Amino acid sequence: MDTTKGKYKKKRQYGHIVTISPVMLWMIILVAVPLLIVAGMGFMTRGTYGQVEYKFTLDNYKMLAQPIYLKILLDSLGIAFLTTFFCLILGYPFAYFVANVSAKYKVILFMLIMIPFWTNSLVRTYAWIVILRTTGVLNSYLMQIGIIHQPLQLLYTNGAVILGLTYALFPFMVLSLYSSIEALDKTYLEAASDLGASPVQTFLRVTLPLTMPGISAGIILVFIPTLGLFYISDLLGGSKTMLIGNLIQNEFLTARNWPFGSAMSILLIAITVIFIVIYFKHSNGEEIEVL
Amino acid sequence: MKKRKLTKGILGTYSFLIYFILYAPIIILVVYSFNKSKLNAVWTGFTLNWYSVLANDGDVLQALQNSLTIAFFSTVISTFIGTLAAVGMYKYKFKGKTALDGLLYVPIIIPEIVMGISLLVFFTQTKITLGLFTLILAHVTFSISYVVIVVRARMKSFDKSLEEAAMDLGANGLQTFTKVTLPIILPGIIAGALMAFTLSLDDVIISFFVSGAGFETLPLRIYSMVRTGVTPEINALSTIMLAVTLSIAIISELIQLKKSKKI
Repeated sequence: MDTTKGKYKKKRQYGHIVTISPVMLWMIILVAVPLLIVAGMGFMTRGTYGQVEYKFTLDNYKMLAQPIYLKILLDSLGIAFLTTFFCLILGYPFAYFVANVSAKYKVILFMLIMIPFWTNSLVRTYAWIVILRTTGVLNSYLMQIGIIHQPLQLLYTNGAVILGLTYALFPFMVLSLYSSIEALDKTYLEAASDLGASPVQTFLRVTLPLTMPGISAGIILVFIPTLGLFYISDLLGGSKTMLIGNLIQNEFLTARNWPFGSAMSILLIAITVIFIVIYFKHSNGEEIEVL
Repeated sequence: MKKRKLTKGILGTYSFLIYFILYAPIIILVVYSFNKSKLNAVWTGFTLNWYSVLANDGDVLQALQNSLTIAFFSTVISTFIGTLAAVGMYKYKFKGKTALDGLLYVPIIIPEIVMGISLLVFFTQTKITLGLFTLILAHVTFSISYVVIVVRARMKSFDKSLEEAAMDLGANGLQTFTKVTLPIILPGIIAGALMAFTLSLDDVIISFFVSGAGFETLPLRIYSMVRTGVTPEINALSTIMLAVTLSIAIISELIQLKKSKKI
């Protein structure tokens, strides 16, 4: 009895070492260690030739507080906020509709949401350049019909950047809204209307609170990537729109100020962490309420 | 009742409009890849010229070959490690499980640009030359998390008693895994692998930082082409990329559909 038990135990230990150690090693070496190096580099000094000198300093973080960088940070947060807002406002009714159509159409409509989710967002950004540029599809046709006589400057504006970001991240918002709207227990809605609530009241006091987890997940999935998607602001905003993602890219590849670029990355991580903490606090509260 | 129908009608029209906006740019992009005019503006006639230009573009072909090589290796490695991890995390309790769980979510949650620069810094500090090898390492790193999540989702519906039955009937650990566990979670593994493949093929940001000078993947080639100027050749290349990812997406969705029907 004892020997079989010992054997079994041994096997178990062997099993978890075989299955878990590859992923553990990989994630520690290529996720945890690199991030720690970046965190450390944020306190290093940039040498005259762009090399990293291992002298401790807080200058990189002080530099972040300079008005020029503060403005870029605020602009980025503003654009991220607007993008998230549009995704949510445009996405909610849409997700609500798709989640409530009859089963026959649902499969195909859902698939039609998933497809843009899979396709390359760089290609989808390029599609907007084809449409928006001064000699693009939209301007050409508007001029042909005679609505305008001079091409409109649509590309290289903040509006184009927000449009591109919204277009790229919209599927993420819709998917998380969809899953929480679909999981909604319809009997609650009936109960509310039986008790005399108007459709608006039902929506505000029942549907909205119950789909809050989907809304907050969607906000995270849109807001955070927006801060780093440098190629969209680069292609649609031109040199006019400098966002934090572009700045980081610039510091690493052109200006070669890695310590400052690292400090900015740490700031991005900090923003991410704040969002995640709020999200977990929020969803924990919800769970307790349900219990 | 009438009011409800009206709201549904408005919602339906609105949703149709959203679908239109989602797909119109993609359709326009594809249509203009067959346009005779070099300008992407007015339709002047059908041609396949831009596809033959593409077929003779050495840089594009090289980038395509690079992308496929990277996608192949990163898919194989990440699917293997990710599947093992999903099975292990499902079956065993071990020290550091919560930490691993958290670590697996890091590549999904933090902005891609941070992943990109952290890997660039890491490779530079460890003196690993940027290129094919670093791209594969980077792609495996962000793919593993997705593979683990997809395979784990499949394991949730897995009946543990099936494995116990196999063991009781005399199968050893390996036999039980290959004959019982593996066939059941196979759709999850395939879905995870397809996802890893598309993620690798599509990645722009992380590749941008770890590719080094002179080594390009297909999305990076497209990026530099778009920056130098808009040509129908880019439309043609984009159309091919869309066709590839679309087929993978449809296959994957069909597998998922089949799975949900079975349950």
